[in-house]
Amino acid sequence: MIADALIAAAILAVALATVAARGGFTAVALFIAYGLLLAFAWVRLGAMDVALTEAAIGAGLSGALLLGAASRVARHPVTTDRPPGRAMTAAIALGCGGVAVALAAAMLLLPDPAPTLAPSVAANLGTTGLGNPVAAVLMSFRGLDTLLESAVLVVAVIAAWSLAPEGGWGGVPGPAQPVVGDGPLALLARLLPPLGILVAVHVLWIGKDAPGGKFQAAAILAAMWMLAWMAGRASPPSVRSRSLRIAVAAGPTLFITVGLLGWLTQGAFLAYPPGLALPIIMVVEVALTASIAAALALLVLGPPERRA
Amino acid sequence: MTTLYGLLGAALVGIGLFGLLVRTDPLLRILAFNLMGGGIFLVFGTVARRGAGAGFAADPVPQAIILTGIVVAFAATTLAVALVVRIAAADQARDGTTDAP
Amino acid sequence: MTLALDAFSLVAILLGLVFFAAGTAGLLRFPDASSRLHALTKADHLGLGLIVLGLLPRAEAVGGPARLIAVWLLVLVSSAAAGPLLARLARRQ
Repeated sequence: MIADALIAAAILAVALATVAARGGFTAVALFIAYGLLLAFAWVRLGAMDVALTEAAIGAGLSGALLLGAASRVARHPVTTDRPPGRAMTAAIALGCGGVAVALAAAMLLLPDPAPTLAPSVAANLGTTGLGNPVAAVLMSFRGLDTLLESAVLVVAVIAAWSLAPEGGWGGVPGPAQPVVGDGPLALLARLLPPLGILVAVHVLWIGKDAPGGKFQAAAILAAMWMLAWMAGRASPPSVRSRSLRIAVAAGPTLFITVGLLGWLTQGAFLAYPPGLALPIIMVVEVALTASIAAALALLVLGPPERRA
Repeated sequence: MTTLYGLLGAALVGIGLFGLLVRTDPLLRILAFNLMGGGIFLVFGTVARRGAGAGFAADPVPQAIILTGIVVAFAATTLAVALVVRIAAADQARDGTTDAP
Repeated sequence: MTLALDAFSLVAILLGLVFFAAGTAGLLRFPDASSRLHALTKADHLGLGLIVLGLLPRAEAVGGPARLIAVWLLVLVSSAAAGPLLARLARRQ
């Protein structure tokens, strides 16, 4: 209870400081701390899968993305409109306070006993062959959500690429990175990726029965690629590259194909044939991991800006 | 204990919404939007935790939805950041030409 | 035996926490970037090492201790790289 109160107080303090921060850098640093503290909250709420994803994507990848953006925008801040006056700020604070109070009241008035789908997940877990209930929901019971979500990542990559500046199309995603020949970053970029890939494979594989899975593994893989990129060791291919496009789209395409096959053979979209569910799910998971990793890394790099 | 995190989620939604409306720097607005998102996920997580049963520490269905939500929120954030960086570059290019004479 | 192990865990983890607190105090109180980094990396590495040491007897036999030690080594390597990077940046400004 004391631990929960401390975690909640820390999250609240960091969130307030983020909103009140003066500069972009300070705000981003606080936001990374917010993501990491939130991961603690997820552990306390018994959601290990969410904790891992929050730490990897919510704090890690988002942090890298936002720090890069803060440093690029710092030289030339974008100002859209004037800050609201004192009376307006007070009115906004009142309105936002109202929203928070209403939501808090809803939290206090949740029905008891709480409605839950846990027993139905437990009852049907056997048909998937998986031991991790969250993975079973993601890949089987709510497979359509996961399919649409992997499609969202593909669409996001297309949208990011379409923001290419004039003359940037056909170039390499992301700003130019100087090659770092020696020093700590170069050492890390050589030392860490093999280990990181091993950890990612491990996280993907245990995700079948324990917390872990494709999102967490993909985030680690994307981070390893970004590390090599930051040291100038690995340059992404041009956005015209066919293999890059296939890498991003392969996972969702395979998932859709499996779904259609399920519709043809089992009579329902994304239905797996009995007994074959686990191998099919694992093949789709591996393909999705590769595609999500490529999409996450490309999204952090941003639109193509320079010629290949 | 679970309710505490639900209340925290509600507070974070309020704080994020306030930052989104009051701050004018686009990057800070993106951050505020993500703070709000974190609050909404916590509200979901509280509902999941209350639905613990059948040997699971929390209802797996909302957990899976939160996972999906985190990834989609990240995709939206990258797009917003790309837009801000692009606007900054465009402003810089325009100011560069007007400052010259 | 279990009592001795529990006492060992408790002492090691508490000692680790002391180092973490010292590192954080250094981060907040030291005047310039280099000494702050020094306080943070040195004290936190020792603190984390002691906490890992304290948790070792409590880890599950298969792979648990190996994972704990891997966590410690990864943190060592990554902050050994991040510390000098930050220090260089601070010196340039």
